Formats: sequence, structure tokens, C-alpha cells
Amino acid sequence: MSLAVVEQAPGHHEGAEEPDYIRGKSGVMSWVLTLDHKRIALLYLATVTLTFFLGGVFALALRTELLVPENGIMDAMTYNRMFTLHGVTMVFFFMIPAIPGVFGNFFLPIMIGAHDVAFPRLNLASYYLFLAAVCLGVWGMIHGGTDTGWTFYTPYSTTTTTTVLPILAAAFVNGFSSILTGVNFIVTIHTLRADGVHWMRLPLFIWALYGTSVIQVLATPVVGITLALCAVEHFLGTGIFDPARGGDPILFQHLFWFYSHPAVYIMVLPAFGVASEVVGAFTRKPLVGYRMIALSTFGIAFVGFLAWGHHLFTSGQSAVDAGVFGFLSMLIGIFTSIKVFNWVASMYKASIVMTTPFMYALGFFFLTVFGGMTGVALATISLDVHWQDTYFVVAHFHFIMAGAVVLMFLAALHYWFPKMFGKLYAEGPAMVGAVLVILGFIGTFTPQFFLGNEGMPRRYYSYPAHFQWLHVASTIFAYILFLGLLLTLVNLIVALVSGEKAPNNPWGAPQYEWDIPSPPTEHNFPATPVINRDPYEYRGEGIIENAH
Amino acid sequence: MHTETIDHGNAEKPPHLRFQFSDSARQFHAAKFGMWLFLGQEVMFFSALLCAYAYYRNQFPVAWSMASHHLNTTFGLLETINLLFSSFTVALAIHFVRLGKRTITSVLLFVTLACGILFLVMHSYEYYTEYHEGLLPGRFFHPEAGWHMPMESAMFMSCYFFTTVLHSIHVLIGVGVLGVIMVFNMKGKYSPAYYTHVEIGGLYWHLVDLIWIFLFPLYYLVA
Ligand code: HEM
Ligand SMILES: [Cu+2]
Repeated sequence: MSLAVVEQAPGHHEGAEEPDYIRGKSGVMSWVLTLDHKRIALLYLATVTLTFFLGGVFALALRTELLVPENGIMDAMTYNRMFTLHGVTMVFFFMIPAIPGVFGNFFLPIMIGAHDVAFPRLNLASYYLFLAAVCLGVWGMIHGGTDTGWTFYTPYSTTTTTTVLPILAAAFVNGFSSILTGVNFIVTIHTLRADGVHWMRLPLFIWALYGTSVIQVLATPVVGITLALCAVEHFLGTGIFDPARGGDPILFQHLFWFYSHPAVYIMVLPAFGVASEVVGAFTRKPLVGYRMIALSTFGIAFVGFLAWGHHLFTSGQSAVDAGVFGFLSMLIGIFTSIKVFNWVASMYKASIVMTTPFMYALGFFFLTVFGGMTGVALATISLDVHWQDTYFVVAHFHFIMAGAVVLMFLAALHYWFPKMFGKLYAEGPAMVGAVLVILGFIGTFTPQFFLGNEGMPRRYYSYPAHFQWLHVASTIFAYILFLGLLLTLVNLIVALVSGEKAPNNPWGAPQYEWDIPSPPTEHNFPATPVINRDPYEYRGEGIIENAH
Repeated sequence: MHTETIDHGNAEKPPHLRFQFSDSARQFHAAKFGMWLFLGQEVMFFSALLCAYAYYRNQFPVAWSMASHHLNTTFGLLETINLLFSSFTVALAIHFVRLGKRTITSVLLFVTLACGILFLVMHSYEYYTEYHEGLLPGRFFHPEAGWHMPMESAMFMSCYFFTTVLHSIHVLIGVGVLGVIMVFNMKGKYSPAYYTHVEIGGLYWHLVDLIWIFLFPLYYLVA
């Protein structure tokens, strides 16, 4: 294997170094109207950082209220609004767009040897739809917010007097952003792979984005129309979900979860993809089970469409339906474990380089395994009847959803930071931040499993006094988590401002994207490259100093 | 990743070819493929509504057929023929743009979008009569007393209005899109070597028609 070099095309004007994508153009307009996938990725990064912060503030408010059994810092109504806004912000404005919007946009073209996505203008349009959704959502929040929960269950959501319409509209618009991104990514993967990048050579992050995009295109329209029905009903009293007019609220739940169960894979598959990249980079040997990891993505995506009924076990489903849905849900556990086993096998007897991204990956494995196992437990109908609508469910989905998405978002941010910004961050504080974040997650949600098992219902602002110590423990760790995030943010900002210049491949990682300059040039490659090796073929050179 | 690179600097680059694509054929394929995916999205969009339709029709078969009787089947049929005809004209437009016959293409596009507008006008007239007969959805449902319609017929009208209005919005968007394409065509933007917009605009229009082909029997002919 030769050293990684992208040679200049024969006729390419020598010497005329193309400037990098950040310095190439300047001025506000060059950013807000950019068609460059890398700049659009940075627009997403700025926006999701803000929404994550917003969602985090809501979360801390919730946890602070729960320090005491009775009315603490807010009344019941405020609490209801808080948890709704926390859920809406985190799910629709952070977890769905975060990894595809930022890292998908930045690295998808680079990883397949392309100069950009297939439809750059559509890409920018997706971003602005997302931004419009966020603005609509925030506008709704300023006008009082809503108290329906992020699930918008009818008939409550069609009768509540809070400001639900702009928030429904925000989720609807956000859906279209997500659909268009999905279309763009699928077409890009199909039509813009450079010569040599055949299907079994696609980096696993790309496979993950492919699976995600399929779900985005096929599931999102269903929730879009469902939320539209809900909004029209709220507005005009059409009665489609209103029992008083012959409508059926359970139909809403079916349609909602037909999207929202697959949507959890929209959130988690990109995180799985990042995990594969991080394991591939730091284990210093080729990934074990490339094909299995790639194919299990589609197992998850497919079965994910057939499992929605596990959210309706106690909503009046027939026993047969419940049994089938329970069984199908458990299949997802099998596909997920295929990935986990392959990651673990890749680490076995490897000379692991312990870095911040890898630390996050370890935390992610822990949370995913326990989050996944509790999911399988929840899919067992007899157990779910006990746990439904308790803190056990809250802990389950925070372990797997927040744990996986947030940790892998941070892993990706650290892992690709040198490539994206051309700067190195300080490893020490980053590692401390990672440990705090991971401990914070585990500590915040572990007590909630116990709370739920003992019967603490979700979405209540008060509780019997004997639950207090578990709630206090959870809150303390939530603050530790917040501290870890702050430290991480400060550390990265410092790196942005005064970090050392990053070489092309500071990690000595085998993947293609490390072969081009840090930060990349505007069109990524001087000419369309030919890629003639597999993505995780570790070449053993150690750190490749400035291969270019 | 190394050595040989493809140099596409030597071949003449056609003006419509964007930098991220190596050749026109791929770019055309990408646009078409993107449109197909988008149409898949549209199908899912409407299929949720068909679920609601199927569920409530099964629940209230009598109320459903009684309400259906009050829709204007003649108009529905004319609208169907109209849209089928427009699907034919847009297909012909694609055929002629490929042959480089600019004027015929423009005329055919014009006929197509005129059909779209005719559809919207006819459907608006239907809505207007339904409004006068009190056949509006949900809480606006006040049919004439002599009709003895059960309350559940309101659900039929809810589904009918929601679905057909959504479809009409699609027709409206289609008319706009075809209008822009027609203007581009008159300005000479398309040639046998490049007619992507006409092709994918046509695809979209076919889907809009196809959805109507489902809606017409489901709503007008259930009785
Ligand atoms: C092994 C795979 C999984 C299984 C078998 C599973 C099973 C379940 C079940 C049965 C419930 C319903 C609990 C109840 O409401 O009583 C549930 C809730 C939930 N799960 Fe999972 N799950 C899995 C993976 C995931 C993943 C990967 C995510 C997110 C990335 C996730 C997110 C959620 C959320 C958000 C809820 C609660 C929704 C709500 O009511 O607000 N799950 N899960
Ligand atoms: Cu689920």
C-alpha cells in the first residue's frame, strides 16, 4: 500500500494552491448563501449547538424542580411546558438534524471522493427549512409554549389552550428539512462515488447515513401529515381524532409512532456510524465484520418500520398485535447486538490509542448496551404494563437516545475537529470533559430506572417524599453533566481561537478523509480521485505527517 | 487513495454540467432519481390519509356512502378525464423536447397547465356547492334537515376535504412548476442534450394525476 497521496491532475495548474474552504471566501453573504457542503455543515453546527443549549437549560430547570417532593421553583403548568419544550427541542431540533446535518454534510462527499453533494442548492434549502423550524418553535415558546409533551397525543393536543400550533408547524417544517436531506444523501451516495469506491468500500458512516436517509424519506411524511391533521383539528374541529365526533385518538398514536419509532433510528443510526469510524481509527487494525455492520443497518431500518406498536401496549391493542409487535421489537435488539459484538471484537487484541473520541465511544457502548437491553425488557408486554409511563421508560430512552446521540455527537466533534477547522484541541481538558459527561449521563439516568420500577410516573412535578434521594442523586449528576459540557465547549472554543495547526492526519487514522488537507479546500480534491483501498485498511505508518 | 486522477479538463464541458458531476448522463440520472425518491415521500404522505380513510369507512359504512352520494360525480369524472388528458400532454411535451421541437413543447406545456387550472376551477366550484349544502367537515357540518345524514358523515367530509385540498395544493404547485418550465423552454434553455426540468416536472405531474386516480373512486364512487 502506498502512502496516501492525492496527486495533482496532470493538467492541473501547479503551484496555484487552492485556499481552504474557510479562508477561500469572506463576507457574511459568502456564508449565508454558501452552497459548499462544508460551510453548510458549519451553519448546522452553530445552530444545533444553540438548540442543544436551549434544550439543556429546559432539562436543568426540570431537574432543579425535582429536587424537592412538592412545588419547588415552578408550578405544575410550568413544569408541563418545560418538559414539552425540552422534548421538542432535543428531539426535533437537536437529535434528528445533528449528526447528519453537521458531520453527514461535511464528510459524506469527502468520504466517497466527491466534490459536493448531488444537489447543493437543495442542501442549503434544507438548512433554511431547519432554521425556519427552529425559529417557529422558539416563537411558540416565547408565546407561552405548550404542555402536550413531545408526542402531541390527541385529544389533549387538539383541545389544549396553550400555544401548540406554531410548535406543530415547527415539527412539520423540520420534517421537510429532514426529508430533503435524506433525498440528497441517497442520490449523492448513488451517483457521486469516485472510481474505486464500490459499495463494499463505503465507509460505515456512509452506510449509516444511507439507512438513516431511507427512514427519513419514508417515515417523516407520515408524521408530517399526522401533525397537520392534528393542527387542522385544533383549528377547525374536524374531529378526525375526536371521540365525540366518531374519531379515534388511537389512530393518532398509530400514525405518530409509525414515524416516531423509526425516527429513533434516524437519531441513533448516524451515532452508530460515528462509532464505527472511531473504532476503525483508534484500534489500529481493520474493523471486524464490515459487512455485518453495514447490513445490520438495513435490518434495523427495515424492522424499525414494523415495531411501532410497542408504544401502544396499554392503549387498547389486541393481544395478538401486542405479541407480534413485542416480538418484532426484540429483533431490533439482535441487529443492534451484531454491531456491538463487531465493535467489541474489533477492540479485542488491538493496540488501542486512548483519545477523547474513543473515550466517548466507550461511554456510548455502555449506555447503548444497557439502553438496548432495557428496550428489550420493555418490549416484553407483561413487564411493560408495569413500566409504561414511568421513569423506567424515561431512563431507557435517555440511555440509548441521549446517551448514544449526544456522546457520539461529541465523539464526532472531537474526532473530526482537526479536519474541519485545521486546529488541534487540548487533549487533557477534553478528556476530563468526556469523563464528566459520561459519568453525568450514567449518574443522571441510573436512579431513574429504580424510580420507575418503584412506580414513579413520568411527567409529574411532584412525588412522594421517599423518592427524594433518588431524584436528588439524579439532579446532582445532571449538573455534573452540564459542567462537563461547559468544559468541553470552552476547550473547543479555545482550540478554535488559539489551537495549534493540525496536520492532515493527526490520529494516524486509515480512513480516506484524513488524506486531504486540514481544513479541506473548497472542492475537497484537486481532481476527482481514484480510491484503491478499503476504508479501514490500517496501514501501520503510525502518524502520517502531512501526507500532502 | 492515490495516483491516477481523472482529468475532465480536456473534454468540452457543457454549460449545464455542474462541477460535482463528471458527465451529463450522471447528472440527469441523479435528478431523476432524486425526483423518484421525492415521489416516494409523496406516496407515504398520502398513504397515511388513506389509512384514516380505510379505518373510518370500515367503522361507518352507511354514513360513508350517504355522504359520498352528495359529491358531484359528474364533475369528479370530468376532472379525472381532464387530468388524464394533461398527463398525456406532458408526456408528449417530454417527447418533443427530446426532439428539439421547442414550439410544440411550449404549446403542450401550456395545455397541461391549463388543464391543471381547469381542474382547480372545477374543484373550487364543487367546494362552493358543498359549502352551500352545509357539507363542511367537523363542527361546520350542517346538512339540510331533510337529508337525514348521520353525524358520522361529517367524518367523511373531514377526510374528503383534507385529502382533496392537499391534492389541490399539489396541483397548484405543479401548475407553478410547469409554468416556470414553460417560460424556460420559450427562452431556449432546453435542448435534446439537456431537458432535465421537463422530465422531472413531468414525473411530478404524473404523480399528482395518479393520486387523483385513487381519490376519485375512493371518494366519489363508494356508494
Ligand atoms: C433494542 C432496541 C429497542 C427496543 C426493543 C425498544 C423498546 C421500547 C419500548 C417497548 C418502548 C415503550 C415503552 C413504554 O412506553 O412503555 C420504548 C420507548 C422508547 N424508546 Fe425504545 N427500544 C429500543 C431502542 C431504542 C432506541 C435506539 C431509541 C432511541 C434512539 C429508543 C427510544 C425510545 C423512546 C424515545 C421511547 C419513549 C417514547 C415516549 O413515550 O416518549 N429506543 N422503547
Ligand atoms: Cu419505539
